[in-house]
Amino acid sequence: MSTRRPGLFEPRAIGQMAPATKILLYTILIVWAAFVLFPIYWLLITSVKTPAAVNQGPFFLPFIDFEPSLHAWKELFVIDYEDTLRAYMNSIIISLSATALSVLVGSMAAYALSRVDYAPNLITILYFVALLAGVGVAVGIYDVDWMLATAVAVALFFLLARAVGRIYEVRLGNGDILFWIISQRILAPIVVVVPIYMMFQSVRLLDTHLAIILTYAVVNLPIVVWLMYDFFNSIPRDLEESAQIDGATMIGTFREIILPLSRAGLAATTLLVMILSWNEYLLALFLSTTKAQTMPILVAAMNAGERGVLWWTMSVTIVVMIIPVVVLAVILQKYITKGLLVGAVKG
Amino acid sequence: MNEWLDRHMGRLFLAPAVTLILIFSIFPLVASLILAFSRLRLRGGGFTMRWVGFRNFEKQLFGSEQFHLLGTFTTVSILGWIVGLAGTGLLIWWMVRYARTRFHWVGFLGRMITFGIAVGLLWLFCATLLSGNPFGTVGTTLFYVFVGCGIQFLIGTALAFACSQKLRGRTTFRVIFFVPMMVTPIGVGYTFRMLADVTKGPFAGVWQWAGLGDFAWATDPWAARIFITVADSWQWIPFVFIMMLAAFESVPRDLVEAGDLDGASPWQSFREITWPHVMPIAATVMLIRAIEAFKIVDLPNIMTSGGPGIATESVSLQAYYAWRSLDLGQASAVAYILLFVTVVICVSFFNLVVLSRVRAQK
Repeated sequence: MSTRRPGLFEPRAIGQMAPATKILLYTILIVWAAFVLFPIYWLLITSVKTPAAVNQGPFFLPFIDFEPSLHAWKELFVIDYEDTLRAYMNSIIISLSATALSVLVGSMAAYALSRVDYAPNLITILYFVALLAGVGVAVGIYDVDWMLATAVAVALFFLLARAVGRIYEVRLGNGDILFWIISQRILAPIVVVVPIYMMFQSVRLLDTHLAIILTYAVVNLPIVVWLMYDFFNSIPRDLEESAQIDGATMIGTFREIILPLSRAGLAATTLLVMILSWNEYLLALFLSTTKAQTMPILVAAMNAGERGVLWWTMSVTIVVMIIPVVVLAVILQKYITKGLLVGAVKG
Repeated sequence: MNEWLDRHMGRLFLAPAVTLILIFSIFPLVASLILAFSRLRLRGGGFTMRWVGFRNFEKQLFGSEQFHLLGTFTTVSILGWIVGLAGTGLLIWWMVRYARTRFHWVGFLGRMITFGIAVGLLWLFCATLLSGNPFGTVGTTLFYVFVGCGIQFLIGTALAFACSQKLRGRTTFRVIFFVPMMVTPIGVGYTFRMLADVTKGPFAGVWQWAGLGDFAWATDPWAARIFITVADSWQWIPFVFIMMLAAFESVPRDLVEAGDLDGASPWQSFREITWPHVMPIAATVMLIRAIEAFKIVDLPNIMTSGGPGIATESVSLQAYYAWRSLDLGQASAVAYILLFVTVVICVSFFNLVVLSRVRAQK
């Protein structure tokens, strides 16, 4: 028996990696980590550079290559603080409220879909859509007063819905409703934003928090329903059944039993929706001008002027935008992974 | 009262979500369709609408905006003809095979729509890119979707596989790799603009050394497109990575170890055990990523404003610019074309890839 030294590409023992493979893997991971971190590092050091230090060419190391200064931070948070702080507060208010609304409404719907059997009639739905289109055509093209048109449509719907529904009994199930809600995510915001803009304009809500909060909540609703549906489905039903025997209502069960049990799923969903609303750009561009301006809009507006992009102040605004989300995400990373995966594996 | 509440509680739980979606999604969808068929004039605080039928779509697809949306069609090169005809032949063969084996009219109709879009996009590809003609926003968006998502999927999956091995410190790598997903797209756009600066950016030395000291990537169509793709990939590879990592970790370890004992090479065990297990998740991840990629608008808007010319403009951006010039009819028509292409491609992918994998597993 000759004891041959194992080659670089051969594992030393079963279930272990060969040294060469290990080195290769580490190289890949470290190179990628550098690629991921370098832009963020560059942002951080640019935020403490003076305009001169930026314009004279690339300097990499603070204190060695260049003398760091907080002038850009001062400019944004001491001298010109009104715009920055307003946008920052707007962003916080909007993303928190939109997330709360979206998670509340979405998880209620998800819970209902996972526990109650629905059987909406397809013909009634088609009838409803036809009425909706009719209202749109009447208001848009024939200049009918929109309140009148809506009232007529509502009356027609309630008068004839049952009669129409009886013609064909084609029932949809919970799966169809779920698919319908989730499929709203395919909708590019650009398709719906123009009518939403006109709608808020007609009720004079443009450039208010409420308009943006409502829009963000709806845009993110499909994600909440999708993630929470799978989460609720994985909770065993015995607890609720015994509570129901004790006379608990659906709201009571939902609040006392289900919500506490699904904390992990709620954390993941909340964080995801919060990040999405915090970073959202296109919808805010349409719906806000000054008062309700959010951070992404402020950053874009600041740099669109005549002076070109001022790298130092731009870096500061982006750094203050990423810090809270990155901190939250790193702390809660485990939950996000879990939450996302539940949706992907089963959905 | 209480009894009524109890009986209808199920509906009341679902009602807020459905109402919100009806108001903010379905109603705008219908309104947008009506807008797409009309011309809007703003007039003293209000606006007037006039029904113009298909004229908005006509202008986009065949008229003066054709170069913008689809591209310029002058001549089709020989290569374009060959690829176009071969591709069309293949698609016809696919349709005929379906019609012969298991015909169902719903399936046939769905495949007919897929077929139509596929042939249209194929010829678009042949008549512009393969013939050396400039292509429009649809082509650019598809470039972002297919090339961008392809790259993101390959790199994200590779990284996830590397990170799923038994390595020390992989938790740290995992946290680091996750970070770009949190950065606002606006921030990604500006940061990459800063990094790409040939005189003040960190790679200025490299540019000078390569003799590209006065090269402006923003004026070269392909350089600009690739640059946007790089920034987009930086942001979205983490998403693919996280999902695929979880997928790799859900592969039963004893199966892989049993394979090792039986003397399977790493490649064999990856192909025969790991890949079939993660394939359904991979398909779903790709679908989610593609759906989001069709909406791309922030990065081209921030990094290049759609330029040079229209080289990096996505369909969403085109619709946004149309809205900004108060041409709401055109904006809605463009947006609807995007919606149609997105829905057909995503639903086809879902039906033909995701569902067929699920069916095959059962």
